[in-house]
Amino acid sequence: MIQIDHVSHRIGGAPILHDISTRLPKGQLTALIGPNGAGKSTLLRLIGRLEPLQAGRITVAGRDVGATPTDQLARVMAILGQQTAIASRLRLSELVAFGRWPHHKGRPCAADRAMVDEALEAFALAPLAGRFLDEVSGGQAQRAHIAMAFAQDTDWMLLDEPLNNLDMAHARALMRRLRDLVDNRGRSVGMVVHEINYAAAWADHVIAMKEGRILAEGPACDVLTETLLSQLYDAPIRVGLHEGRPLVLHHV
Amino acid sequence: MDKRGALMLAGMGLALAALSALWMFQGLGGGNRAFVLHLRGAKLAALVIVATAIGVATILFQTVAANRVLTPSIMGFDALYVLLQTALVAVLGGAGYVGLPAGAKFLAEIAVMSALASLLFGTLLLRGARDVPRMILTGVILGVLFRSVSGFLGRVLDPNEFAVVQAVSFASFNRVDTGLLPVAAGVTLLGAILAWRLSARLDVLALGRDPALSLGLRHQAVVLGVLALVAVLVSVSTALVGPVAFFGLIVAGLAHGLMRTARHAALLPAAALSGAILLVGGQWLFERQLGQAATLSVVVEFAGGLFFLYLLLKGRIR
Amino acid sequence: MRPLPALSSALAALMLASLTVGAAHVDLRGIFGDPQAMLVLLESRLPRTLAVALTGAALSVAGVLIQALVRNRFVGPDTSGTAEGAALGLLAITILWPASPLWLRMVAASLAAMGTTALFLAVIRRLPVREVMLVPIAGLVLSGVLGSVVTFVGWQTDLMQYVGTWLMSGEFSGVISGRYELLWIAAGAAGLAWYSADRFAILGLGEQVATGLGLSTAAVMRLGLAVVSVVTAMVVTTVGMIPFVGLVVPNLVARVMGDNLRASLPIVALAGAVLVLACDLAGRLVIRPYELPAGLILGIVGAVLFLWLLHRRPARG
Repeated sequence: MIQIDHVSHRIGGAPILHDISTRLPKGQLTALIGPNGAGKSTLLRLIGRLEPLQAGRITVAGRDVGATPTDQLARVMAILGQQTAIASRLRLSELVAFGRWPHHKGRPCAADRAMVDEALEAFALAPLAGRFLDEVSGGQAQRAHIAMAFAQDTDWMLLDEPLNNLDMAHARALMRRLRDLVDNRGRSVGMVVHEINYAAAWADHVIAMKEGRILAEGPACDVLTETLLSQLYDAPIRVGLHEGRPLVLHHV
Repeated sequence: MDKRGALMLAGMGLALAALSALWMFQGLGGGNRAFVLHLRGAKLAALVIVATAIGVATILFQTVAANRVLTPSIMGFDALYVLLQTALVAVLGGAGYVGLPAGAKFLAEIAVMSALASLLFGTLLLRGARDVPRMILTGVILGVLFRSVSGFLGRVLDPNEFAVVQAVSFASFNRVDTGLLPVAAGVTLLGAILAWRLSARLDVLALGRDPALSLGLRHQAVVLGVLALVAVLVSVSTALVGPVAFFGLIVAGLAHGLMRTARHAALLPAAALSGAILLVGGQWLFERQLGQAATLSVVVEFAGGLFFLYLLLKGRIR
Repeated sequence: MRPLPALSSALAALMLASLTVGAAHVDLRGIFGDPQAMLVLLESRLPRTLAVALTGAALSVAGVLIQALVRNRFVGPDTSGTAEGAALGLLAITILWPASPLWLRMVAASLAAMGTTALFLAVIRRLPVREVMLVPIAGLVLSGVLGSVVTFVGWQTDLMQYVGTWLMSGEFSGVISGRYELLWIAAGAAGLAWYSADRFAILGLGEQVATGLGLSTAAVMRLGLAVVSVVTAMVVTTVGMIPFVGLVVPNLVARVMGDNLRASLPIVALAGAVLVLACDLAGRLVIRPYELPAGLILGIVGAVLFLWLLHRRPARG
């Protein structure tokens, strides 16, 4: 479980998060949703220790993010941020191979290489493995970054808007792969998602944020209701039903 | 390292050995052989030391800055050096400055430059990480500011004192103090080995801040450590022969171009070797063939500047 | 406080001060009864004061123009290859025809300056549009590359002395009557710019907007190029390049007055004159009776101002 206690955050004097306390349950796929500027990415980045905590406490699987050595944390959680422009001229296979770094620290063994191959397969990157990052499309590069996080093989996977740049088929394939991780391999996933229907269709647990505060949290069916969503986005939103899960009709 | 890379490095090593032999033994008459060899050897050593120090330092710096267009000298380091020299002359007077014991002055310079440079680069790179071009511009303008302050101090000084400062403002491989070579060689060798040992971590660092953090690298500590190493290496080179401006940029570009990999285990030796080949070959060309010993640094500056513009236009600044 | 009256009084005060400061003692109150002092005033002080004011004003206006041409706030005539071009032209004419008349040297410098500035514009056109900071960086490096060519030629032909004054730090100590009149041409060119101020303002809005408004962008660019080159060439030929003025003054005035060029150009000219006069005075006072070049003082003051401009929070959100 990821436990967040009384976390507040300011960026350049502007308040971004106000005294947030919540948790991401273990063994589930949690989605963070909300309008622009709600603080979802900031919260995720704080959990993934990409930004230093200013106030409050965050523990990931019992480890205090502020106090635990960073390389230990790297074996417990993998985080994928939004900035994925890399200056290095790397082949896709080389990038994904870096996901094993926390485990081998520069001396890869056969098990590491097997994990890399599995990651490349899982995201349909095997035929592109030898190409350079700047020679493939944005979506293919995005998949390579996700494959790198996957290869890191951690209990927790934190993803900040991973579906950007992905076409429909690959977005759906990613969500299926994340569900597989949660259902069959005992992993836990936390993701910021912009297109709310991905949360509606695939998430177990949803945290809805607005203006730096948590508006609601709980199982997807409880949070993704018409009243709550209309309140979240300050606009009337209808919610339908599809195969037992909510279908948010935000586009009509 | 893959086969191609290994072959490339071996080839460069051979080329350097051949050039060095040419340098040392060409046209060696019957005269005072030992003297000539000693002189030539000293200059060769200086060239190789400078090439290694600047080559390694630039590769390291570009990894930290996540940018192939930056070098320590572009970011104001050379100007800082000239300012330090001018300040020394201002405080000690021309005679006092020249009278400083060379070894002690060398070590003191390295120490002070390293501290100042670490501060300069640390501030620029850590604060400016989100807006690289603004940071580059800041570094360049700081360089102009340091140079202007040097000029100011220089003018306020006696014109005679100023001539002393003038002499150290440009690189010259002709006036190397051979007594300093052992220390310079030692520090450079240590620095290069240290950089080599960091290769794997540098590869992770090159992925960018977020991925490096996610993979468990102690990002801030590594960055500051690498910057301190860069500062020491560049200080050694500058204290030995003076500021070498765009040389680092050319060498780093060559290393990347020749090795075609992002792995530092390959890039670092490639930078040192290609830099040494450039300097030894270039100095041989200008001194022995063209009889124009002083023009190497001017040509390097010109070529480096053009290369910089080329990189800029190619969009490599990201 | 409104800028126009404040700057005008500052200018008047500084000019008066400039007339009195110097190695020889000049007392303005008894000036008409003292032929010696009158001589100093007419031959040295007044020309110098005028030269400083004209240089400051003309360079600042040239700065506004180059910023409009390049659509970037962080360039100036000293970081666009223009000054180096003028120096190259002067070098060429001095080597080819050492006894050439002044007007010919003027023309050579102007033409060469136009050539290098056109080169700068061509380089800029190839840069990605959204990268604001790349333009001044490219300008700085181009200036450096051209400067090294000038230095090289200067060393080889033993003309380094001149190169030093042209490019490194302009100074006004050598200005006497008969040696500075070219600067009036620079002022005339700057005046021409004011006459076409609106066109330059529209040009600064972007190629598409300008064409949509019926402006012939190519013609305006040529005019701007010519003015910037002539101004810079005149300054380099008479007193040497003064750094940062053309970059910093337009930015400072725009912070207060915005980009309405017809209204702000006179203020820019005044502010430029005030800044360079102040620095020239400082140079004359710091180690009196010796002088420091105004270009040197501006190298420090201008750099600090530029850094401030680079890192300040925007004036209006």
